[in-house]
Amino acid sequence: MKELLRELRGRALSAIEKAENAEALEALRVQYLGKKGELTAVLKQMGKLSAEERPVMGQLANELRSAVEKTLEQRRTALAEALLQRRLRDEAVDVTIPGEPHRMGHRHPMYAVLDEIKQIFIGMGFEILDGPEVEQSVYNFDKLNTDEGHPAREWSDTFYFAEDSSRLLRTQTSPMQIHAMETRPLPIRMVAPGRVYRKDEVDATHSPMFHQVEGMVIDKGVTMADLKGTLDQVAKRLYGEGTVTRFRPHHFPFTEPSCEMDIQCYKCHGAGCPTCKGEGWIELLGAGMIHPRVLRMSGIDPDVYSGWAFGFGLERMAMGRFKIGDLRLIFENDVRFLEQF
Amino acid sequence: MDLSRNWLNEFVDLADISDRDFSEAMTLSGSKVELYADPAAGIQNVVVGRIVEMVRHENSDHMWVCQIDVGREAPVQIVTGAQNQKPGDLVPVALPGAVLAGGQTISDGVLRGVPSHGMCCSWLELGMTERDWPHSPADGLFVLQTDPDVMAEDPQPGDDITKALHLHDTVVEFEITPNRPDCLSVIGLAREAAATFDRPLRLHEPVVRGCGGDIRELARIDIADPALCPRYTARLVKNVRIAPSPLWMRERLRASGVRPINNIVDITNYVMLEYGQPMHAFDFSCVDGGHIIVRTARPGESIQTLDGKDHTLTESMLCICDEGKPVCVAGVMGGANSEIVGDTAMVLFESANFNGPSVRRTAAALGMRTDASGRFEKGLDPQNTVKAVNRACELVELLGCGEVVDGLLDVLPAPLRETTVKLEPEKVNGLLGTALPESEMRSILEKLGFTLDGELIHVPSWRGDVEHYSDIAEEVARFYGYNKIPVTLMRGDTTCGGYSEEQKAENLLGEVCRALGYDEIITYSFISPSYYDKIGWAKDDPRRDSLKILNPLGEDTSIMRTTVLPSMLEILARNYSFRNSSARLYELGRVYRKRPDGLADEPKMLCLGAYGGMDFYKLKGAVEALLRALRVDAVRFVAERENPSYHPGRCARVYAGERELGVLGQIHPLVARSYGVEPEMYCAELSFDALYASRGATAVYRPLPRYPAVTRDLSLVCAEAVTVGELEGVIRDCGTPYLEQVDFVEVYRGAPILPGFKSVTFSLRLRAEDQTLTVDHADAAMAAILEGLSTRLDATLR
Repeated sequence: MKELLRELRGRALSAIEKAENAEALEALRVQYLGKKGELTAVLKQMGKLSAEERPVMGQLANELRSAVEKTLEQRRTALAEALLQRRLRDEAVDVTIPGEPHRMGHRHPMYAVLDEIKQIFIGMGFEILDGPEVEQSVYNFDKLNTDEGHPAREWSDTFYFAEDSSRLLRTQTSPMQIHAMETRPLPIRMVAPGRVYRKDEVDATHSPMFHQVEGMVIDKGVTMADLKGTLDQVAKRLYGEGTVTRFRPHHFPFTEPSCEMDIQCYKCHGAGCPTCKGEGWIELLGAGMIHPRVLRMSGIDPDVYSGWAFGFGLERMAMGRFKIGDLRLIFENDVRFLEQF
Repeated sequence: MDLSRNWLNEFVDLADISDRDFSEAMTLSGSKVELYADPAAGIQNVVVGRIVEMVRHENSDHMWVCQIDVGREAPVQIVTGAQNQKPGDLVPVALPGAVLAGGQTISDGVLRGVPSHGMCCSWLELGMTERDWPHSPADGLFVLQTDPDVMAEDPQPGDDITKALHLHDTVVEFEITPNRPDCLSVIGLAREAAATFDRPLRLHEPVVRGCGGDIRELARIDIADPALCPRYTARLVKNVRIAPSPLWMRERLRASGVRPINNIVDITNYVMLEYGQPMHAFDFSCVDGGHIIVRTARPGESIQTLDGKDHTLTESMLCICDEGKPVCVAGVMGGANSEIVGDTAMVLFESANFNGPSVRRTAAALGMRTDASGRFEKGLDPQNTVKAVNRACELVELLGCGEVVDGLLDVLPAPLRETTVKLEPEKVNGLLGTALPESEMRSILEKLGFTLDGELIHVPSWRGDVEHYSDIAEEVARFYGYNKIPVTLMRGDTTCGGYSEEQKAENLLGEVCRALGYDEIITYSFISPSYYDKIGWAKDDPRRDSLKILNPLGEDTSIMRTTVLPSMLEILARNYSFRNSSARLYELGRVYRKRPDGLADEPKMLCLGAYGGMDFYKLKGAVEALLRALRVDAVRFVAERENPSYHPGRCARVYAGERELGVLGQIHPLVARSYGVEPEMYCAELSFDALYASRGATAVYRPLPRYPAVTRDLSLVCAEAVTVGELEGVIRDCGTPYLEQVDFVEVYRGAPILPGFKSVTFSLRLRAEDQTLTVDHADAAMAAILEGLSTRLDATLR
C-alpha cells in the first residue's frame, strides 16, 4: 500500500504540474480527490490493514491528500496569474490615439481677465456693482464735475438719445461712482465693470463700444497712500509679486489729485523695448482722490469722508495679457479665436 | 506739444540733463513725455564742401565733374547733375558712408565712366523744405552762401553740416492734459521744468522801443459780446518789410512742428509757442475804418479763411470784423481778405482772449480745428495778452521788419478775478497720507508762481485749474513726488464684498453653458433697424420700438437692440462664412427697452446659438441642463408656431409654472437664408430675470431608498397628434403612489403600426418607501396607468 501511495503521489503531482487550464485541474482534482477518486479508493482499503499499519498509512494518505490539494492550489494560482497576464497584454491600448473628444466651451478672453480682476477686489472686501448704460448726462458728466462745455460732451464724441443732450450712452463707467454714492451705505468699496460707448470708428485700437472697470472706496480718513497701496497690491496680484508700479500725475475732472499708474515693463524691466515703446513702463490705469465737489454733489460731506477711485479699459488689459494685436478680434467672436483661451 | 530743448534752455538752464533724465523727471512731475528725438540724428558724415573746380562731364550734356574741398589734403571728385553751383560755393557734401535724412546711404560710384566719391546735396536730402531755407532754390544744390545767417557763422570745408546749419536739437513731445493749457508753451513748460529740477526760471520782460505816433489815433476796438471775448489787446506796426525770418527763428519753429512762412507770420507763431497766446496779424489796410469790432456773425455773412476755403457763418460764431465785414473767425483762423502779403505795409497784431467752448463749437462747426482754436478751447490766461503782443513787437524790432507805433489798445470789458485758496497743511497731508511740513508746501507753491500771503494762496492767472485745497494738494504732491507718498493698505470698517446672489446665478449659467460646450461671445448693444426685418419681425411688431441714437456712427449701429437674436445670428453667420464647420455660442447680454422717462430697462438675456451637427433635442437638452443647474421646477415646453424668427414646427416656449422663461428652436429657414447660412441654425433666448426668479431653493437631502425598485417598460400605440408630453403627463398623474421616474425611450413609426399612429416607449421605475414592492402592487400601478392612458388619450398597450 505504501508503494501504491508513493506511485499515486508521483503520478498526481506530475499531472497537476502539467495541467494547462482550470478545467484540466478540476478534472485532476476529481480524478484523485473526488468521491470516486483514486486516493479515496486507496483510503477505502484502509480497513484491510492491521491496527499497527493503519495509523501509519492513514498519516501517509493524509499527507498525500494535502500535498495534492496544495499543488492543485498552487497550480490554480499560477494558471490564473498567467491568464490575467495574457488578458492584460491582449487588452493593451495605443495610448497615442486621441481621447474621446469632450468639447468644453470657453470664457471670452476679456471676461476671463475680468473674472480675475473681480476676484482680486472681492478678496479685498469690494462688492461688484452693475448699472445702466442708457444714462442721464447728469450722471455721466455733471455730477462728475464735467461741466457744460467740456469737449467730451460734444455730439461728435458721445452718443445721444435726446436733442437737449440729457440722455446718452454712458461714455465711462464713472457714473457708477455717483450711483453708488447715492444708493449704498457708507463705507463703500465697490468695483463696477461694464460696457461704455464713444463715437470712435472701428479700427485696430478703437471700437464704439468697449468695456471699463470702475472702482471706488469711500470712508473716513481715506488717503492717497491707501490708493497707492491698494492699486499696487492689485498690480502684483494681476502681474506677479515682483511687479513694480509707479504713479504719475494726470488729470481727470472728477478726481484731485489725479494720477496714472504704470507698471514696469515685464519684458525689459524698465530698460525700454518695443513692448513698452521704449518707455520702460506700461500705463495701466487712471485713478485719483475723489474731487471734494463730486462728493458734495452726491450728498457726502468731504470734510468727514474722503475716497479714491480708479478706472481702466478692459480691452487693452486683455489684449496685453493675451498679446492680442487687434481690438476687432474681441468683437468678431470667431470660434477659432475664442477656442484659444 | 513739441518742445525744443534748445529753446527751453533759454528760460531754464538744463543743458547738463540728459534727454532721458529730463523726460523721466518731467513725466513724474506731471508733464508726460511721449517721446523725444533729435531730428538731425539720422544725418551722418555730411560735411561742408567748397567747390574748387567744375568741368563738363565728357559723356553727358548736363552733368558736372566737381573737385570739392572737404577739409582734407586733396579735394574729392564728385559728379553732380545740379546746375546752380559755381566754383567757390559752399555746399553740403555726403561723403561715402554718409546717411541722409531718409535713411539713404551714399557710397563710391561711377557715373557714365567717371568716378564719383560722394554726393552734393540739396536741403531735401537733409530732410527739410523750402520753408526752412527760403533763400535757396527748390531745385538744385543747397548753396550755403544764399543764406546770410548761415554764412554769418563762417562755415569751413569739412565742418559737419548738421552743426553748421544748427540742425541738432532734442524735440520732446509732451502729452499735455486739457487742464493745463499754460503748458502748451515754452514758458509754461520752463516753469514746470524749473520747479522739477529746482533751478531758477529766467523770464524776460519784452521791451519795445517804439517809433512814436499813437495807436489810438489810427485804430479803434469795440467788443460787442464781452462774454465771448473777455479781453482784446492790439498793437500796430508800420513800414513793414515782409521777408523770410532769420535762421534761429526758423529752426525753433521747425523744431516745434510749425512751417516758417514769413517774418510777420513767423513772429505770431513764435509768440504763440513761447507764451501760449495765439496771435493774429491783420493787414491793417484791409480793416475798413481802422475799426475792429468783436461780434457774432450776422445772418448770411460768410468769409474765406486763410486756407482758401469759403465758410458761411452762423449767428453763434464770434468774429473779428471791421465796419463792414468779418475779417477773422475769432480764435480759429484769419480771413483771406486781411491776409499778410508781400506788399503789406501796416500790420495790426491781435492778442486776445476768447471764450473756450464758443471757440471750440465754432471750430467744430466749420470743421477747422487749428492750433489756435485748440488752445483757446481749453481756456487761456487773460493776463497773457499784453505780454504776448509786446513780445511780438519786440521781435519786429529785433528782426528789423517794421516800426512799432507807440501805445497799445487793451479792451477789458469786465475786471479780471483773482482766485485765492486757503493753505491748510493738515488737510493736504490728510488727503495725501503724508506728513509734509508747511514750509515745504510753501516752497513748492512759490516755485510754481503762487504767492502766499499768510494763509492765503494767490493763484497765478495762468492756473485756471487751481481753485480748491485738493488742487493745492496735487501741486504739492507733484513736486514732493507721487512716488514718495507712502504706500498703505486700507483701514477702517471691514466690508463683506463678494458676488450678489444674482451675480452668482449669472456666473453659474455661464459655467453650465461652457460645460455644455458653448463659447462665450460679446456683441454690440446697438444694431441696425433693418435687423428686425432680417429676423422676420412684422413691420408693426411692437418690439421694434427701440431707443434711437440721434448721432450714430452709421445705420448699422443706430438703435439699441430689444432682442439679442440678430446679434447672435450675425456671429453665427460670420463663423459660417469663416468656414468654421460648427459653432456653439452663448452670450449673456442686455437688451434695451424704452421707458416713459426716455431711459431704458436693461434686462439681461441668455442667448444660445449653434449650427453644425445640431438638432432641436440637443438644444433643448442644453436648455434643460441650464434649468436643472438653477433647480427650476415645473418646467414645461409648449410648441410655438407663431414666432416669425423660428421654424413653426421646431420651436417651443419654455415655462416654469406659469412664468415664461423664453423661446428656443430652429431658426426659420427664410431667416437663416437672409443671413446666408445653409445648415440649420438653432437658438434659445432666455430671460435672465425670469430664470433667476424661477430658481429653486437650496437642495434638501432626501434619504436614499431602502427598498429595491421595479422597472417596467411601457410601449404604447397612440394617434400621431398625441404628444409625448401628454402621454408622460397622464402616466405621472395615474402612477401614484409608487411611480418614481418616467424615462422616455423612443418613438417608432412604421409597420406594424398603422399609418396615422405611432408607438411610444417609456421606461418606468416604481418603488415603495416602506417595503419591497410586490408584483401585485406593480401590476396594479401599471393597470391604473394604462387605464388612464386609454380613457384620456386613447393610447393602448402595443
